[in-house]
Amino acid sequence: MMKLFHSLGKYITLMQRVISKPKNSSLFRRQLLLELEKVGINSLWLVIIISLFVGAVVAIQTKYNIESPLIPMYLVGVASRDSLILEFSPTMLSLILAGKVGSSIASELGSMRITEQIDALEIMGINSASFLILPKIIATTLFFPFLIILSMFIGMIGAWIGGLSADVTTAEFLYGIRYEFRSFYITYAVIKTIVFAFIISSVSSYFGYYAKGGAIAVGKSSTKAVVSSSIVILLFNYILTDLILA
Amino acid sequence: MITINNIEKKFGNNHVLKNMSFSFKQGKTNLIIGESGSGKTTLLKILVGLYEADSGNVCFDGINFNEMRNKQKRLLRQEIGMLFQGGALYDYMTVEENIMFPLTMFTTKTTSEKLNRVNFCLERVKLTNTNHLMPSELSGGMVKRVAIARAISMQPKYLFCDEPNSGLDPKTAILIDDLIREITEEYNITTIVNTHDMNSVMQIGDNIAFINQGEIWWTGNKEELINSNNMELDNFVFASKLFQRLKK
Ligand SMILES: Nc1ncnc2c1ncn2[C@@H]1O[C@H](COP(=O)(O)OP(=O)(O)OP(=O)(O)O)[C@@H](O)[C@H]1O
Ligand SMILES: [Mg+2]
Repeated sequence: MMKLFHSLGKYITLMQRVISKPKNSSLFRRQLLLELEKVGINSLWLVIIISLFVGAVVAIQTKYNIESPLIPMYLVGVASRDSLILEFSPTMLSLILAGKVGSSIASELGSMRITEQIDALEIMGINSASFLILPKIIATTLFFPFLIILSMFIGMIGAWIGGLSADVTTAEFLYGIRYEFRSFYITYAVIKTIVFAFIISSVSSYFGYYAKGGAIAVGKSSTKAVVSSSIVILLFNYILTDLILA
Repeated sequence: MITINNIEKKFGNNHVLKNMSFSFKQGKTNLIIGESGSGKTTLLKILVGLYEADSGNVCFDGINFNEMRNKQKRLLRQEIGMLFQGGALYDYMTVEENIMFPLTMFTTKTTSEKLNRVNFCLERVKLTNTNHLMPSELSGGMVKRVAIARAISMQPKYLFCDEPNSGLDPKTAILIDDLIREITEEYNITTIVNTHDMNSVMQIGDNIAFINQGEIWWTGNKEELINSNNMELDNFVFASKLFQRLKK
């Protein structure tokens, strides 16, 4: 328990160092573009494939759970839409991305730490925390919402295909996904995503930045990064849902 | 010149540096020697400000680092070059970008001026036409040389080298040692080198501090070292049979 508070304190101190104005804006822009490519573009395929398949499965499962002939088929559309927008795209996908993006951030910073590249920055009087971590946090919090909205769309397409294969007509499905649609759900999902993106990038940076020892330490720090950011995401998912929807 | 006065450093119960005082001279290669774990890297990191000493102070040309204003500290940092044990090149940048990095960060030079400086430094370490290689494409000796080029790109007044030739073959090691000494004398830099390589000691040991049991146990130059009668120093320096024979 003491250790947890100690880490929390260290994390907050690190974040205070991270949030400072970049010294050289052209260099910062270059770093940011590099990070956008790493966290964003490189995750596109993963997001598309997972969303497509999960969407399809959700639709098929909903269809087969509707046993009574009295329940209209368009509910398949409603249920798929709501589970994708409210939970799958923002939360489940963030957990998956925590594995991909989180571990890559932690291992990158960890190997910079153990090969003294971070010391080399500090020697020159550069705020290494801000220089290395700020572009990562900004890139993830900017790009994750796009990934999540993309995931909703692709998931919906998957659900439509899944629905067709389980004899839900296109008309029924389209009626379903428009039925009592509340755009606030999207806002809610985007808010969650931004928070999760910040958690993933900052928590993983923390573990990478303070890696100690040799190559094994880098592997350990990236495992810790993924586990910790996943737990924190689940915790905040509960808190945010309670705050925003309840 | 860099002087340290009564430097103390503990890691928990591990008393690594005890009441150390010494002067590192300008235009000379100053050596810190001692066994593995004796605290050489710790002392070097205190000198460059990566670690803070528990007590005591470090003076750069007479000015106490702890009493400097932030702006002074920042300017001083730009006069410090450091060669890390593993080179510490930024592995996502090319050789050219690595050497140019401090120039981009701290000067308002134009791109062509910066490029000139990069090529000059590369030539100085005898590595022309490697501009567009990535660090992963370099040999160990080349990494060290690029790291030296990066360390001197801002024309430092102080140069710190942590085990510059560990992991290198004897011939390349001598090349690196010579390079460090030439640069030191050419630009009248205060250079401080950590080493436990006896070849280097004999090659470039102008002003040597031997660390033992957390203290500065012995000081002198390479000639004095050969003739010294200090038992601990002898045990360290003449650990190898070859050097024992050499001494006799
Ligand atoms: N960050 C740290 N935290 C705790 N202990 C440390 C730290 N850095 C160094 N030490 C301890 O200080 C002592 C001196 O270490 P240092 O790295 O300075 O030795 P060294 O002389 O450079 O050794 P080598 O020749 O192997 O590089 C060691 O006992 C080491 O365990
Ligand atoms: Mg060392």
